[in-house]
Amino acid sequence: MSKEYKFSDETLALAQRIIKRYPEGKQKSALLPLLHLAQMEFDGWLSAPAMDYVASLLKIQPIEVYEVASFYTMFNLKPAGKCLIEVCRTGPCWLLGAEDIVKHIEKKLNIKEGETTPDGMFTLKTVECLAACGTAPIIQVGETYHENMTCEKVDEMLNDYKSKGERKTHFDKKHVNANQH
Amino acid sequence: MGKQLLLEHVNVPGIEKLDVYRAHGGYKALEKALRMKPDALVEEVKKSGLRGRGGAGFPTGMKWSFLAKPEGVPRHLVCNADESEPGTFKDRYLMSHLPHLLVEGMIVSSFALGANTSYIYIRGELLYVYHILEKAIAEAYAAGLLGKNILGSGYDLDLYVQPGGGAYICGEETALIESLEGKRGNPRIKPPFPAVAGVWGRPTVVNNVETIAATVPIVNMGGEEYAKIGVGKSTGTKLISACGHINKPGVYEIELGLPVEEFLNSDQYCGGVKSGRKLKAVVAGGSSVPILPADLILTTAKGEPRLMSYESLADGGFQTGTMLGSGGFIVLDETASVVKNLWNFTRFYHHESCGQCSPCREGTGWMEKVLHRIVEGHGKPEDIDLLWDIQSKIDGKTICPLGDAASWPVASAIRHFRAEFEEYIKHPEKIKDVKHYYSVRNQTAPVA
Ligand SMILES: Cc1cc2nc3c(=O)[nH]c(=O)nc-3n(C[C@H](O)[C@H](O)[C@H](O)COP(=O)(O)O)c2cc1C
Ligand code: FES
Repeated sequence: MSKEYKFSDETLALAQRIIKRYPEGKQKSALLPLLHLAQMEFDGWLSAPAMDYVASLLKIQPIEVYEVASFYTMFNLKPAGKCLIEVCRTGPCWLLGAEDIVKHIEKKLNIKEGETTPDGMFTLKTVECLAACGTAPIIQVGETYHENMTCEKVDEMLNDYKSKGERKTHFDKKHVNANQH
Repeated sequence: MGKQLLLEHVNVPGIEKLDVYRAHGGYKALEKALRMKPDALVEEVKKSGLRGRGGAGFPTGMKWSFLAKPEGVPRHLVCNADESEPGTFKDRYLMSHLPHLLVEGMIVSSFALGANTSYIYIRGELLYVYHILEKAIAEAYAAGLLGKNILGSGYDLDLYVQPGGGAYICGEETALIESLEGKRGNPRIKPPFPAVAGVWGRPTVVNNVETIAATVPIVNMGGEEYAKIGVGKSTGTKLISACGHINKPGVYEIELGLPVEEFLNSDQYCGGVKSGRKLKAVVAGGSSVPILPADLILTTAKGEPRLMSYESLADGGFQTGTMLGSGGFIVLDETASVVKNLWNFTRFYHHESCGQCSPCREGTGWMEKVLHRIVEGHGKPEDIDLLWDIQSKIDGKTICPLGDAASWPVASAIRHFRAEFEEYIKHPEKIKDVKHYYSVRNQTAPVA
């Protein structure tokens, strides 16, 4: 049976509030925030039906969603592990050892950059400067910034995420009901 | 430590909450502003000499006075919180610790511009900060500081935050506007400037987070007082995010005009080069600005001490100077390789080029390939001139300045560190000592 793509009532209510933040007829402006919500609701990635659903909420053509989702690096167009480990690889982080961090994770999880562990728990990705170079090297998982990373801290972090086993997305579910305006 | 106009209360516990912020003088500027005429506020900002803190340093008061005001057309203030310039992390710091300072600045500035709906566009990776801002905004609505008839003044303002989706280019103001409209972040051809036709074709002002926050002390103290701080046309204070090989990385508020040497070596600021090693080079204003070797960052070519100001950092033009830029101060010590760092930055610009303009889309890729073969030990003697040639054909030839931002680091590295390129090309084995990492996913194979 094919999966039904529909936001939960709470997320749908948030999406409707966000759409109202833009002038009449300009609801397409809500596309980026809605894509973050879709990624949160639909297992951390944007399948074609997930994007079609977003298009229907905004009353725009699916192609308008695809062309935007494919432009921005935060939108996953393929399934990802429950925890997407994003290691900053830009100059300042790299000067302070980001390379060692990436190699350590690759060895520890036995995957290469861009790959997912067989249990579906982790995907490793490198990303560009996360605006936190003062506490380099930086790793982002979901909404959390892990700062001043070392190989030991990476081990702790991975164990922690693995033992909890939760999916982490950039828009964290705990905020869905936060803002009512 | 100089005057702390923005960060004075940053360490006060709970300052992110409205009541604590108010107990420390928060929203006094708003009360004062609402008693003034909008045009008088624009005048104060002009008198303050405030210049855009997003990188270009354009006078804010002048930008505001260019805003078109056609009858019956809404206009908008958009805050640029995209902060993605490598080495820059001041806006994240300010927003996460002092969200109400930005919210107050947005209300004051929106009132001055006659905007009734304003947006903060924050980079998507900073969703945790997005929620901090949302919380502050909700508090402000509940206290009558946002919404209808703010503090009984008759002025209405709605303020919203929008997250981006991960793209450096969306920091460029017209790309940001496209992204705010729910599109790909392709910069627009100017003119028309956003002041005439911005978001949804309406007159729009785009300002950096720190620029907007600075309007709060300006209103509180008056433009003239603000202008007394700093040096010459570099008035007021500036947030500098310092990183790389230093003892105390972090965000510092400095009075413009502070000597670079003091900023680098004083324990109040960077605390000197890490582990007592020697300074090799500094990228003073975010990855895009020209890199300078140790001697030229500390003293100008004329032999004067270099100051942290728009003019002093630019002294000597691109031959011997650089730019204040976004205030991202990246320090490289003697163990760092300028060429490898340049390869990393060039890879970044290639990855982040939106692809609209051929010189940028292709040129950044060619530069990355040539630099890659040099750092992999396959460089050829003619590569240095080839790199020079490519960068010169990107600079100034693209719709938006991302092309310039990609070419300046290459030009300046060759200008000041040509010998390091030559050494790597002659003695590839020397490269092995310097660590580097490159991503397989975005890596192009070395050119044969
Ligand atoms: C490629 C590129 C990236 C930029 N990124 C940012 C940014 O992250 N934040 C920012 O405030 N300005 C950025 N700018 C500058 C903006 O285009 C614009 O000049 C600025 O937001 C204006 O605000 P200000 O006058 O207050 O500085 C960028 C420009 C370019 C060309
Ligand atoms: S370079 Fe990694 S956060 Fe800036």
